[in-house]
Amino acid sequence: MYNVPVSSVHSRGWRTQSMHELSITQSVLDIALRHATQAGARRITRLNLVIGELSSVVDDSVQFYWDIVSRETIAAGSELHFERTPGALRCLGCGHTFPLNGQDYACPACGEAQVVTAGGDDFRLESIEVE
Amino acid sequence: MTVRVSVVEEILSANDQLAAANRARLDAARIFAINVMASPGAGKTSLIMRTVEGLREELRVGAVDGDIATTIDADRIAALGVPTVQINTGGNCHLDAPMLQSALPQLPLDKLDLLIIENVGNLVCPASFKLGVHRSVLIASVPEGDDKPYKYPPMYRGVDCLVLNKMDVLAAFEFDVDYFRRGVETLNPGLAFFPLSCKTGEGLDDWLVWLRNEISKFKLAVDT
Repeated sequence: MYNVPVSSVHSRGWRTQSMHELSITQSVLDIALRHATQAGARRITRLNLVIGELSSVVDDSVQFYWDIVSRETIAAGSELHFERTPGALRCLGCGHTFPLNGQDYACPACGEAQVVTAGGDDFRLESIEVE
Repeated sequence: MTVRVSVVEEILSANDQLAAANRARLDAARIFAINVMASPGAGKTSLIMRTVEGLREELRVGAVDGDIATTIDADRIAALGVPTVQINTGGNCHLDAPMLQSALPQLPLDKLDLLIIENVGNLVCPASFKLGVHRSVLIASVPEGDDKPYKYPPMYRGVDCLVLNKMDVLAAFEFDVDYFRRGVETLNPGLAFFPLSCKTGEGLDDWLVWLRNEISKFKLAVDT
């Protein structure tokens, strides 16, 4: 049997001191800077992100933090472009694909209740535009 | 001149890689880890305490407790005599793989069989951040309402086990267990499901049997 005091870990630095989207936005920047450096770019002008409805990412928040985290990097002043993909389900009974409605998951075509996710999971950086 | 550079990279890939490293470390230490997620007040700490009480005679249990600021939950768990590490997320709404990585060295990894990780109370963000555990457990509770599988699909479809807590107050709420289960079954067919009450203890045995069984399977797998 142990009798130990509770030890603590505090999350590291400002990167994770705030919400979900701040750490996510930092990850976007890390990935973009790495690819821009590999491409020998002087400046990043635009980032094309794909965000699915099921990915629990709020693009307004990413936009808000972007201006802060990209400051004093070659991505400063760049534009974020979000392509949103809707949440969708596919019926395992008849194969019909239909949008999430937030109330029921039964297939509107055949009534079958067994479904799988068929869209809206995305959360990736598709491309960057650089000079 | 502007040039488009193709990236096609998952934003959370860095977290995923660290989660895989955490998993390898836990496997090497033969520690079975679970990530317990739920909304605030669903009974995460209560279930963890009941689980520790039910298993501590047979297994060496450790805990990691994620909270935005206080050590209230970690203190309650540590009071049961299990090594407990508190992660203060400093306002962050979820645990991530780097936080677990920092917590692991503070635990006696050579003296544990089961590590229970209590995530921050939240039904949204923890679903996106892998930690590197072996099983994810979601606790729902009767007072939250029967529509939650429909409102939080990413959380409900990504877990390995669902506990429905506070069954002792079912009569006081308009909670349609069939409607709730239908939502769960469509998203996550065959999901292990344990309606129980941490308060009365009713239903807890089935959950403990499931957990023991998962731990046995894990030990067999890592030893072969």
